[in-house]
Amino acid sequence: MDNSKIAHHISENFNKELEDIRNKVLAMGGLVEEQIELAIKALTTGDMELAESVIKQDNDVDYFEMEIDAECTQIIALRQPAAFDLRLLLTVLRIINELERIGDLAERIAKMAIYLSSKEGKSDHYLELQHMAGLVKEMLNGALDSFARMSVDDITEITGSDAQVDYEYASIIRQLITQMMEDPRNITRSMDMLWTVRALERIGDHSRYICEHLIYMVKGEDVRHLTQAELEEKMKS
Amino acid sequence: MSTSETRSHSFDASSILRSTHDHNVPVEPCLRVENLNLYYGKKQALFGINMEMPKKKVTAFIGPSGCGKSTLLRCINRMNDLVDNVTIDGKILLHDDNIFDKSVNVAALRRRVGMVFQKPNPFPKSIFENVTYGLRIQGINDKRVLEETVENSLRGAALWDEVKDRLNDNALGLSGGQQQRLVIARAIAISPEVLLLDEPASALDPISTLKIEELINELKEKFTIVIVTHNMQQAARVSDYTAFMYMGELIEIGATSQLFTKPSKKQTEDYITGRYG
Repeated sequence: MDNSKIAHHISENFNKELEDIRNKVLAMGGLVEEQIELAIKALTTGDMELAESVIKQDNDVDYFEMEIDAECTQIIALRQPAAFDLRLLLTVLRIINELERIGDLAERIAKMAIYLSSKEGKSDHYLELQHMAGLVKEMLNGALDSFARMSVDDITEITGSDAQVDYEYASIIRQLITQMMEDPRNITRSMDMLWTVRALERIGDHSRYICEHLIYMVKGEDVRHLTQAELEEKMKS
Repeated sequence: MSTSETRSHSFDASSILRSTHDHNVPVEPCLRVENLNLYYGKKQALFGINMEMPKKKVTAFIGPSGCGKSTLLRCINRMNDLVDNVTIDGKILLHDDNIFDKSVNVAALRRRVGMVFQKPNPFPKSIFENVTYGLRIQGINDKRVLEETVENSLRGAALWDEVKDRLNDNALGLSGGQQQRLVIARAIAISPEVLLLDEPASALDPISTLKIEELINELKEKFTIVIVTHNMQQAARVSDYTAFMYMGELIEIGATSQLFTKPSKKQTEDYITGRYG
């Protein structure tokens, strides 16, 4: 891991505090990634224990969020950080908020897994859903990796995947609508599926937001609310 | 309930947004430094400084000890003339006049460019006499004019309410923070254009420091202010523009809000984030 961006303070303690915050964010991110992984597995295999563990893990994620939040507040109050240090802390505060939301969405998928498996067995839709889940996991993984490296050199590739996720989302929705029209008995099930797909799509959005926060951290540019094309243009300049 | 009350007033949200984003107000320079080099004997202390200090704004110089920020500040009212062995080349333009011109009367220059130092240096005279000192030197003795100036200057320096009943007491009986504000009152009594502040709050307690900072904010409505400070948070709080100096060179100057969140030079970043370069 590249420490050069957060190290070299005259205060050795300050280095340690920032390093500690960085490690905690990465640990929290790892936990959230695992939540998504397990939630999807629970959904596709009907493994209730897995689903329960996802729900339980959410407490740890929430705990991380509060702890990191408190540490950032302490540093801002006691050290009056500036420039990159300040942007790093503001970014961490935003990232943990996104991660916490992603954790909640994974929990929602896990709850859906429990609900669906109590009603029926496996379904062929889950395959398509797995593909979408793979995409959003990659996005989140790439975003966390960028954070670990403190570099946004290839960040537009990650944000670009969001369009792919949205495309998958739209195509699954189309399928679900077709099934509902074909046979009204599919409606309940399709509606349940819809919530799950929607959760995945939101995870993709939050991963993209993390990337935007990272661009602010590294470059000092606020790139929220830009289209992918505008973002790529900005990153080139 | 109070929320709904305040919300019931209609207001123009977009105009509020516009006003907070309005960075493009043109600024008129008051002071312009051009290719300034300064030598103490053979040792060069300032290297080719070029910068502008905008009118009725606060410009802060920051940088580690020995970087030349006080030396540069002292150039602006030619305090360095008092130091032996100093040679200066280059220009400092106050509006369009080069202050180093032979024709410049240094005493007149210092009336236009007042200075306040780190340690308050009131004269061992009454508060009244301190404030009127500059006017009396100019031969102004009209009692009414003097009294008016004392009140206006002390009000301007946010000291009037604290001393108005004891104007004839010795100034040395004031607290450090009050003395510093008295010195500022003395400086503004002769209506200068520029105020140079050399570490004006570094010898003061936090509350007195905040009062001085608040005062600087008020003073900039009338004066162009240049401040040297070791306290970066202070520079961040009081200044509109910040110049970072290092080893006699001007590394970077920019809007304070920009310099403290997104400096463009690595040396600046290292200094304001407390890193060794």
